[in-house]
Amino acid sequence: MEGDIVQMGAYVGAGLACTGMGGAAIGVGHVVGNYISGALRNPSAAAGQTATMFIGIAFAEALGIFSFLVALLLMFAV
Amino acid sequence: MAASTEQVVSKCIDGYGSAIGMPQLCGDWMANQVFWLVVTLIVIFLILSRVALPRIAEVLADRQSTITNYLAASEELKSKAEEAERHYTKALNDARSEASRLLDASKAEMKKELQSAISKADAEISVKVNESEASIAEIRKNALSSVEKVAKDTAKEIVLALGAKADAKTISTAVSSKIKG
Amino acid sequence: MADTAQPSEKSDGLVFHPMDQFIVEPLFGSGPIHWYTVTNVTLWMGLSVVALVLLMLVGTSKRALVPGRAQSVGELAYGFVHKMVEDVAGRDAVPYFPYIMTLFMFIVLSNFLGLLPMSFTTTSHIAVTAVMAIGVFLAVTVIGFVKNGVGFFSLFWISSAPLALRPALALIEIISYFVRPVSHSIRLAGNMMAGHAVIKVFAAFAGVALISPLSVVAITAMYALEILVSFIQAYVFAILTCVYLKDALHPHH
Repeated sequence: MEGDIVQMGAYVGAGLACTGMGGAAIGVGHVVGNYISGALRNPSAAAGQTATMFIGIAFAEALGIFSFLVALLLMFAV
Repeated sequence: MAASTEQVVSKCIDGYGSAIGMPQLCGDWMANQVFWLVVTLIVIFLILSRVALPRIAEVLADRQSTITNYLAASEELKSKAEEAERHYTKALNDARSEASRLLDASKAEMKKELQSAISKADAEISVKVNESEASIAEIRKNALSSVEKVAKDTAKEIVLALGAKADAKTISTAVSSKIKG
Repeated sequence: MADTAQPSEKSDGLVFHPMDQFIVEPLFGSGPIHWYTVTNVTLWMGLSVVALVLLMLVGTSKRALVPGRAQSVGELAYGFVHKMVEDVAGRDAVPYFPYIMTLFMFIVLSNFLGLLPMSFTTTSHIAVTAVMAIGVFLAVTVIGFVKNGVGFFSLFWISSAPLALRPALALIEIISYFVRPVSHSIRLAGNMMAGHAVIKVFAAFAGVALISPLSVVAITAMYALEILVSFIQAYVFAILTCVYLKDALHPHH
C-alpha cells in the first residue's frame, strides 16, 4: 500500500515535471522568432549570428531536457 | 525456465531481459562504456589527424590553387581578347573611313567627268544646231529664189499664152512684189 | 519501486519497455560486464569508426580535383567544422581543430547510426557524454591556465561591472563555469535518449489497432525530428566546445 502511494507520487511528479518542457519550447520559440525578425530587418547581418542562435537554442533547450530527465528519473529510477 | 525467470541476471536487468530503472544510471556498465569510448575517440583522432585531415586540407588547397591559376589564366585570356577586339574595331573603323573617302572621291571624279562630258556634248549640240540652222536658212533662201524664178517663168508663160506680150522686167517686178506682199 | 512488482506484470497485456533499447549487453555469450568485455557499445562505436573510415578515408582516397559524392561530404564536414572553429573560437584555436573534429564526427556518426532500427545509441548514455564533456572541461581549463597563467581568473572577475557587484558576479560565473560539463553532457545524452524513448512509446501504441495509423504517423514525424536533432546536437556540442575554448584563449570579456 505504502509502495503504491510512493509509485503514484512518482508518476504524478513525472507528469508535472514534463510541464517544464513547455517552458523550454516557449524559450526556443522566442530565440528563433527574435532571430528571424532581426534577420528580416537586416538580412546581411543574419548569417553571422546563426551560430549564436544555435547556442541560444541549446541553452534554452537544455532546461527542457533537464525536466524531461527528471520525469524519466521519477518513472524509472526512483 | 521458471527458475531462470526469477533469477536476476545482473543489478540492472531483471529475469525477463528488461532494464531495471534507467540503463543510463547502471554503474556496472559505465566502466565498459568509458573504456570503449576512450578507445574509439583515440582511434578516430588518429585516423583524422594523421591521414584524413591533412589529405582533405591538401585536396582543398590544390583545388584553391587550381582555381586561382585558372582564374588568372582566364583573366589574361580575357585581356588578350579585349586587345584583339580593340584592334579589330580600330581596323574596322579605319576601313570604313577609307571606304567612305574613296567613295566620295570617286563620286566627285565621276561628277566632274559627267559635267565635262555634258558640257562637251552641249557644245557639240549647239554647233550642230547652228550648222543646221544655217543650212536650213540656206535651203529656205534657195527655195525662195527658186520659187520666185519658177513663178516668173510661169507668169511669163501664162502671159504669153494669154497672148499678151510682156517684157521680162515688168513681170519679174510684179512677181517679186506679189511674193513679198 | 520497479524491481519487485514488475516480473509478474510482464506477461500480460500491452507492455512496453522504452528504456530497454539502452541496455548494454555482451556481444558473445552472457555474463558479467567487465570494463574490457566486448559489448554492443563496442559494436556500435566500432561501426562509427567504420563509417568514419568510409567517409573520410575511402571517400577521399582518390584526391579528386572535382570531388565525388563521398569526397564532397567529407570536405563539407571538414569545411563546416573548420569554419566553426575559426569563427567562434578565433584563428588561434585552429591548432585544436582536430580534437573538435574528432568529437563532432564521433557524435554525429553515433547519432545517425543510432537512428537505424534495432541499433544502439552510444551517445544516449550519460557515461559516454560525461566523459567527453569532462574531457573538454579539463582540457579547456588546462589550456586556459597554460596560455594565460593567473590571468585566466579574469574570466570570473568581470572588470567592466561595478566594483560592488563583482564578487557576486564572480560567484555566479564560477558556478556557471563548473555547471558547464553537466549541462554539456546531459544536453546531448538527454536529447538522444528522449527522442528514442518517445519513438519507442509511440511504437508501443501501434499495438492497438484503433490508434496504430496515428502512431505510425507520429513515429514518422518523430523520426524526422530526430534526424534534425541528431545533427543539431552534434553541432551544438562542437560549438559549445568552441565557445569554451574561446573563453580559455581569451578570458578577458
